[in-house]
Amino acid sequence: MMDKDIFQGYKGDALEVLKKYQVRVWGTTKVETTRGTFEGTVLPRAENDDDKHIVVKIITGYNIGIDIRNITSMKETGYKKANYKIPEKQFPVTPGLPKVKLFGTGGTIASRLDYRTGAVIPAFSPGELYGAVPELADICNLDTEKVFAVFSENMGPKQYIALAKAIGKEIEKGIDGIVIGHGTDTLHHTGAALTFMCQNLPVPVVLVGSQRSSDRPSSDAALNLMHAMRAAGHSDIAEVQVCMFGPTSDEYGLLHKGTRVRKMHSSYRSTFRTIGDTPLARVNRNEILPIKKNYNKRRDDKNVKILPYYHDKVTMLYYYPGMSPDVLDAMVEKGYKGIIFVGTGLGHVNKELYPAIERAHAKGIHMFMTLQTLWGYVHMFVYDTGRDMMAKGIVPAGNMLPEVAWVKLSWILGQTEEPEEVKRLMLTPINDEITLREPYNGYLVYQGGVPEVEEFIKKVHK
Amino acid sequence: MSFNPRYNYGKSLKESGWIPRREAKQQDYDRIGFMSGLEVHQQLLTKEKMFCHCPAGIFNHSDDFDAEIIRHMRPTLSELGEYDGTALMEFRTRKEIVYRIKNETACTYEVDDTPPFPLNSEALGIAIEISLLSKLNIVGEVHITRKQYLDGSIPTGFQRTAIIGVEGELAMPKKKIRLIQLSIEEDSCREISDIGHRRIYKTDRLGMPLIETVTYPDFVNPDEVMEGCDYIRFLNRSTGKVRTGMGAGRQDVNVSCRGGSRVEIKGVAHTKWIPELTHNEVFRQWSLLRMRDFLLEKGIDKNNWKASNCEITGNLDFSKELLKTASGKGIKLIAVNLPAFEGCLSWFTQPGKTFKNEISDRLKVIACLEKPNCITSEEIDNPLDDNDLSNVREQLFAKEGDAQLIFAAAAEDIDTALETIEERCIMALEGIPEETRKSLSDGTTIFERVLPGADRMYPDTDTAPIPLEDDYIKKLESQLPEDIIDRYNKLKDWGVPEDVYTYIFSKNLFPLMEEIIGKTGVKPSYLGTFLGHELKFAEGQSKNEGEFNYRILLRLFEFLKEQNYDFALAEVMLKDLMEHPKMEFESILANLKHKKIPREEILARIPFLKQKFAEGKTEIDELKQRNWIMGQLKGQAIGNIDLQELSKEI
Repeated sequence: MMDKDIFQGYKGDALEVLKKYQVRVWGTTKVETTRGTFEGTVLPRAENDDDKHIVVKIITGYNIGIDIRNITSMKETGYKKANYKIPEKQFPVTPGLPKVKLFGTGGTIASRLDYRTGAVIPAFSPGELYGAVPELADICNLDTEKVFAVFSENMGPKQYIALAKAIGKEIEKGIDGIVIGHGTDTLHHTGAALTFMCQNLPVPVVLVGSQRSSDRPSSDAALNLMHAMRAAGHSDIAEVQVCMFGPTSDEYGLLHKGTRVRKMHSSYRSTFRTIGDTPLARVNRNEILPIKKNYNKRRDDKNVKILPYYHDKVTMLYYYPGMSPDVLDAMVEKGYKGIIFVGTGLGHVNKELYPAIERAHAKGIHMFMTLQTLWGYVHMFVYDTGRDMMAKGIVPAGNMLPEVAWVKLSWILGQTEEPEEVKRLMLTPINDEITLREPYNGYLVYQGGVPEVEEFIKKVHK
Repeated sequence: MSFNPRYNYGKSLKESGWIPRREAKQQDYDRIGFMSGLEVHQQLLTKEKMFCHCPAGIFNHSDDFDAEIIRHMRPTLSELGEYDGTALMEFRTRKEIVYRIKNETACTYEVDDTPPFPLNSEALGIAIEISLLSKLNIVGEVHITRKQYLDGSIPTGFQRTAIIGVEGELAMPKKKIRLIQLSIEEDSCREISDIGHRRIYKTDRLGMPLIETVTYPDFVNPDEVMEGCDYIRFLNRSTGKVRTGMGAGRQDVNVSCRGGSRVEIKGVAHTKWIPELTHNEVFRQWSLLRMRDFLLEKGIDKNNWKASNCEITGNLDFSKELLKTASGKGIKLIAVNLPAFEGCLSWFTQPGKTFKNEISDRLKVIACLEKPNCITSEEIDNPLDDNDLSNVREQLFAKEGDAQLIFAAAAEDIDTALETIEERCIMALEGIPEETRKSLSDGTTIFERVLPGADRMYPDTDTAPIPLEDDYIKKLESQLPEDIIDRYNKLKDWGVPEDVYTYIFSKNLFPLMEEIIGKTGVKPSYLGTFLGHELKFAEGQSKNEGEFNYRILLRLFEFLKEQNYDFALAEVMLKDLMEHPKMEFESILANLKHKKIPREEILARIPFLKQKFAEGKTEIDELKQRNWIMGQLKGQAIGNIDLQELSKEI
């Protein structure tokens, strides 16, 4: 255990070399090698890096690696442990500003370096946040609570339930708005889950993350947080929303419905888009600019319904041409009770799957059809194949997004397995996961290179 | 007698001991403790940028762009948990940064919407080669580090950079210069404009691979700094793998005087500007230290010194100009009283500049107040009207010996402006603030930003360390060109005059010279002069400057040798060759109406010409006779006979 502290992150041969010369991590050292002399402070090493190098911060502030096979001698000449602390300042309380609660789940709103993984650890206390983003104090009175700490990809049913219950409690206590800091990869899954689990919300619940960690000067974290706090504290949209950059520029954020939002780019700041509809509103540091006219309004009561149910035997089947029926059989065999198909075009899979679909249906598996195209509705009446499949027990899920359908079916099967009731609940929208109309501007994917689009991009910040 | 700013300027200039550079001697620099080191930047000649696959070296006009992106920068903590001074200053400026993007030269990486792709291995190889030439200790593993830049010059807010080698040396003819380190880094954006709270950049240059060679502060006078800089550039160019031309090589020059501070003069485009810039900077510091003594002698306590201010109302004569440049909402005129600072605002700092400029420059950069942004009680050229000044003094409750400064600013900028003014004055009581300064073509500098420290470094969590194995280094070592100092000594041994070395090294012509000499046997001293004088001149005249392929010269000299011409014919052919590099040598000669005449035939004309010269003369001046005959024969002789030999024959 002692070793771990002294030789943080080093292993194998590199660890042996440090032990041999008695040089600790954070020790200043002079290293003689076949490539010349190097001087600096030994830094911890990331766990996944090799055991052939020692990392040293040289006097000019740069880090270098020294190959242990070239070391002829080394000596510790001092010790200088970094005192890494995010400056903390008391978050001021301003009478008249709304009370906002920030739930932490492990995202990267404000963060510092973790040598073990090379990743960043979030800063979180109100004091730390105030130190990093003092503008927040002009927006709301902030309180924070770390609900759990997981990376976005590790968020799952347990976390959805914990969050839903925490939201219920805060509303009971009379909070004006709730912000949830969250990794971005599965932000939209959580958005859907909380929409189903927290119904009849009297206050806004805003999910927010950042596409660039807050240890970067150009991070979107601070601005996203300001936008989210503004929305949670001041907007009258009492729904579960995702708040992320509108354009990639530092200009405004968009508030998306938790059931209609999707991450559409692996790294862009403006990665979250509302699919098949328009976002709820735009938000900047000072105001909320509504886009949709109808939404659930903020109320004074505390009549939220927390429905923390979940069934973890629901899966998704992303169809590809030539898919063999044993894939579906395997799911059924493994005990899955619900399957969300992600079909081609209007909602199709090939005929070879039919026998497997029939077998699944006979076993009472709940099957719903969604779309790889993301935009548009499932229309299973248009072609024979669609009609065949409906006959075999697959229910078209309208324009519900595949991930949302998966979340919803999981949530429903946590409550009932009665086929007609499952179907009824699935097809009855709770908050626009299925919409009756697709507005004309609900589908907008620009094609770069086209003159009018280029003209538009030049004028408007993408 | 009332205070006279002009007289004060002259007096403080004298006290600083400033003299024009041409009059300065080594003992002058020794007296004030001249100290200087270099950071030499050099773009590498690669096809692609450093961390993405955009093409490198394609540039576009400032108005030619496909999209714009807006960003704001926030300071973040360094790896060791500190905020960097520059970072905080830049944050105070609250700039809106606009990037102009051209699809051809920028992808989502440049605008920080995609993480980096693996480091360009071509660039890494070149950087290691140059590190080896610089006798640096090569690191075992390259760690990409983020170096914060909050001025917006890089959209991420940091530059990805990595150390390749440390502790090297560079041999110059008379001295060895020690090197601290060499790093590889991505180049920054080019600034288009910076007005008020809005700064515009273009992203064409952004991300191009660059190396930075950093020396110890071993230079002891301005000319030596320039020489050192030239040698580093020669070394870089000797690989043939670096970019040349405008902006491909830039240097930051660090200067201090005894008791002064490290000041970095940024982005010096031409080495020949270095002497004047370093000369003026070292005296600026020296003079500011004299001003500090002057202030401390008055008994000012820097811990208790405070400026006071008030808003000025009423119609004052001087306000018009200030209000003209001020922009934003709620503009006010603010007067500031600087207790006991009389004599400072007209104190000499650089030729034509005073301590007022130190404040004014900072007001522009930190508080975003466009110039002219202030007027003081010590204006030299257009002093304030006496009535106006006493009016201001009264409003400020100023005492005798205080100085006043008036600025106009939008409401949101006033606090930053006041802080900036007070901060700079307190610094004057302490010494020389560490800062980076922008060079101007007249040899003076202006404040650019607070000098960043090691605190702005942060490990890049987006990239993995890159191990450099011994075998790889050995392979690169085996293909290195020889040292510049060895080439220097060879040129000397060959008797090539020293005035042409700079040209030969800066164009990396030495390898070509060796090849031409080896293949044709031309006299090295002739070839050296041909390149350093004739070629340099012809290039300066040519429309195709920078496009001429020097390897044509090898073919030219081979042609002359094959055809048995004298090599001097190259001088005559050069101009046409530059304009029409594809033309056959024979055709050039035909164009020049050059004829091949046997040597004997030319020599045979001498007796006739001697006779002709003598006609009507009673006495023959031999020298005049020879010159006249040479003149008559030169056109036919050149290329056919060595002119010195011909002269002897006459």
